[in-house]
Amino acid sequence: MSKNSEYLIERENKQYEVIIGLEVHAQVTSESKLFSQSSTKFGAEPNTQVSLVDAAFPGMLPVINEFCIEQAIKTGIGLKAKINKKSVFDRKNYFYADLPQGYQISQYKYPIVGEGKVILDMPNGQKEIGIERLHLEQDAGKSIHDIDPNNTLVDLNRSGVALMEIVSKPDLRSPDEVNVYIKKLRSIMRYLGTCDGNMQEGSLRADVNVSVRLKGETEFGTRCEIKNVNSIKFMQMAIISEANRQIDLLEEGKEIDQETRLFDTKRNETRSMRSKEDAHDYRYFPDPDLLPLEISQDLIEKIKSDIPELPDEKKKRFIDKFNLSPYEATILVSDIETSNFFEEVIKNSDVKLATNWITGELFAVLNEKNLEISQSPVSAKNLSKLINLIKDGTISGKIAKTVFEQMIDVDQDPLIIVKEKGLKQESDPKAIEELINKVIENNSDKVAEYKSGKDKLFGFFVGQAMKESKGKGNPQLINKILKEKLNG
Amino acid sequence: MSEITSQSLFELTSNIKEKKLSSGEITKAFIDRAEKSKKLNVYVTDNFEKAIDQSKKFDSNPNFDLKLPGIPIAVKDLFCTNGVRTTAGSKILNNFVPTYESTVTQNLWSQGAILLGKLNCDEFAMGSSNETSFFGNVQNPVGENLVPGGSSGGSSAAVAANLTPVTIGTDTGGSIRQPASFTGTVGLKPTYGSCSRYGIVAFASSLDQAGPMTKNVRDCSMLLEVISSFDQKDSTSIDYKRNSYSKELSKDIKGKKIGIPKEYRVDNMPEEIEQLWKNGISYAKDCGAEIIDISLPHTNYALPTYYIVAPAEASSNLARYDGVKYGFRSPGQNLIEMYEKTRSEGFGDEVKRRIMIGTYVLSSGYYDAYYLKAQKVRQLIKKDFDDAFSKVDAILTPSTPSSAFKIGEKTNDPVSMYLNDIFTVPINLAGLPGISIPAGKDKNNYPLGLQVIGKPFDEQNILNISYALEDKINFKNDISDWWLSE
Repeated sequence: MSKNSEYLIERENKQYEVIIGLEVHAQVTSESKLFSQSSTKFGAEPNTQVSLVDAAFPGMLPVINEFCIEQAIKTGIGLKAKINKKSVFDRKNYFYADLPQGYQISQYKYPIVGEGKVILDMPNGQKEIGIERLHLEQDAGKSIHDIDPNNTLVDLNRSGVALMEIVSKPDLRSPDEVNVYIKKLRSIMRYLGTCDGNMQEGSLRADVNVSVRLKGETEFGTRCEIKNVNSIKFMQMAIISEANRQIDLLEEGKEIDQETRLFDTKRNETRSMRSKEDAHDYRYFPDPDLLPLEISQDLIEKIKSDIPELPDEKKKRFIDKFNLSPYEATILVSDIETSNFFEEVIKNSDVKLATNWITGELFAVLNEKNLEISQSPVSAKNLSKLINLIKDGTISGKIAKTVFEQMIDVDQDPLIIVKEKGLKQESDPKAIEELINKVIENNSDKVAEYKSGKDKLFGFFVGQAMKESKGKGNPQLINKILKEKLNG
Repeated sequence: MSEITSQSLFELTSNIKEKKLSSGEITKAFIDRAEKSKKLNVYVTDNFEKAIDQSKKFDSNPNFDLKLPGIPIAVKDLFCTNGVRTTAGSKILNNFVPTYESTVTQNLWSQGAILLGKLNCDEFAMGSSNETSFFGNVQNPVGENLVPGGSSGGSSAAVAANLTPVTIGTDTGGSIRQPASFTGTVGLKPTYGSCSRYGIVAFASSLDQAGPMTKNVRDCSMLLEVISSFDQKDSTSIDYKRNSYSKELSKDIKGKKIGIPKEYRVDNMPEEIEQLWKNGISYAKDCGAEIIDISLPHTNYALPTYYIVAPAEASSNLARYDGVKYGFRSPGQNLIEMYEKTRSEGFGDEVKRRIMIGTYVLSSGYYDAYYLKAQKVRQLIKKDFDDAFSKVDAILTPSTPSSAFKIGEKTNDPVSMYLNDIFTVPINLAGLPGISIPAGKDKNNYPLGLQVIGKPFDEQNILNISYALEDKINFKNDISDWWLSE
């Protein structure tokens, strides 16, 4: 990355660098929970998706959901990471009302996935972010403090839902990188179908580790962990606020205490949750109810063979095969739905036009209507037909925009619209010649001016001819014939 | 025909199948005797009314193909029973009624057995004398004010006192074998993974196993055959072919190599136990077995290892009893206060002691020195047995270092209480099967047991050796029914 794009926080003559590491909690896409058969469906009535295992009744035992294991392996492969053939589920012991077992089953010393990496496409080039590990763990339930004035209520629907904790190395250096990192991680998991990445539903949350140091310093400063931030915007706000708080302390000659903090979104500041001294002693130990998890090479190979093309590979293919710019390719592959839409459109139509129409007109409409591409009002099939009408000269690009606007209201074959509204482009040279003759006749004075050297008037004639054709004249043809007539 | 309640399981099933007795008659007989045996305090919860109904139901449409046709059975109150209160001997589960059935008890009912009631035990199976139960201590039918052993003390007393034909207990460090030894009955702890732990209130997950407690070895083989099964609901359950233990039961142990571990000759062991062991050895020889001296060098470390591993797991397993979801709750001003009051009032001293030990050994800074070290030693203990079993087919030891002691004798001395388990805990640490059979009596006429330890999944072999020894020993429990009331 070039010097001038570095994210630095200035204090009189000093520049501070911000060091960020993320622990992302991604909910595994799975019908049932990590150790029970309860449903994981979002939004059900409280405590309707709770088995005896999830509620930790006496004598209940966890039984591993193989599908969640496969999802974690898949994600590991997507992160170009080492899959550990032997991993161990541990108990993380602590008391809380929404933690029925009194411990969370997690992976501590031996995670299922080891080191990997994620490539970020930053405006001025690529940057690699290291992945430290990925491990599986159970989610806790939800404590609800604001329904009953005297009691806390507990909803155990989430209790036992499988989460992947993806821990990055402290390689991130700016709120922008965090934004791109989260989006890339989300994109990879959505390509793989291992996490839907829905931040509103809590499928993706992160603990953010922040430290600061003077630019040029090589040692890391003392870090603080900001717990459970659930949107990219809040992550960025929390990082900026926390980095500034730490710098202020350093500037005052004070020390930073290693601690866990919470981000107050209303006041845009972090506040202390617990200090290092008060840190929980989780008394991790291997869960004796579960045997160590052993994964065969065969299973890894089988999952590898099912891995779809991922964003980085797809981007390379789009560039190599379709001659797209890296910028265009990055936009088109960022979301699997977008890339699928694009590939559907170009099955039967021109790549260049498709790229422009999708990243231009279509994205504008989606943005305006706040829709996902999966909810696009214009189907890929009809968009490709529209592009073909432009390509074969049936309509001009300008007319196409009129047709497109109608397609947004009713998603139908553009040819029908063209026919019904009589928008077909006039491409008959004879007809064009006739109307050009008319224009020349009606504007003999301008013709004289043009011939005497006023070249700029050419545009005027094009406009007149287009007007005469009621907008349907083939622009290329008009240009060509006009030139012949005026210059000949 | 002898009195119904003194009949073995084998006799009762034969008599039912031959229609000499009905399930109703048998069930009533055991209930009548239980009504006169309240002094023993074996029951925490009885199921008598339902049991009578179920026995009538059985008799109206009997299925004699079942292995336990219409046989009433009381079980340790650590097994969750659907619709019947399950307390684990604790105040904290005083009012807990499960909506589900443990796999092991389900196996009993599936073979025609009828639940008589839930038997007293040490709180969360933590104890060696049944004195830690919230529901009071149990009297050993062998003698007044004598402990029945523990933690399956209600179970051992119920079998010895003819209050149930057979029963099932659980054994984490000796909780089946030690009470069997104290009451002159037979108790078997199967190989870890043989019986499902699903639905059994957990004490120490890596050690807990359910097992049969019976009057004799044949009954033991019959019951093991029913309760041992592979269960997908328990990830540590092992899928292997189980024998028809009762069918394959044989006294022919000619040529079997039986190991005698020198490390089990502990200091201050009573002479009569030494003598008991010698007798056992000579009986085994008489049966044609070959006696081989072996060494299990890490035996001394088994007890301390056990008292790190078991409390560590227990401290975590018992975290779920927090007053939030079920069981006893003592209200507080806030969550922490509610936790503190609930757990302080809900658990007894021994349970709290073990939770504290377990919490300590898992704490950061102590984990390596205690828990991790204990796990390593556990591997060494296991290896001792692996090495021994390369030379012998089974191992013979005393079951306990003493006979039953007086109620209250050891309650203020936990370490002396823990020493009771010295011969039984190594077997749990190694995950092996072990059986205790009555083998003699001490000077007070209290029963003493011998333990036969087998290779993993080799229950058939230790049953056969026990069967042969049982025949030679010809043990008679003389129980005077001193507790009976009219």
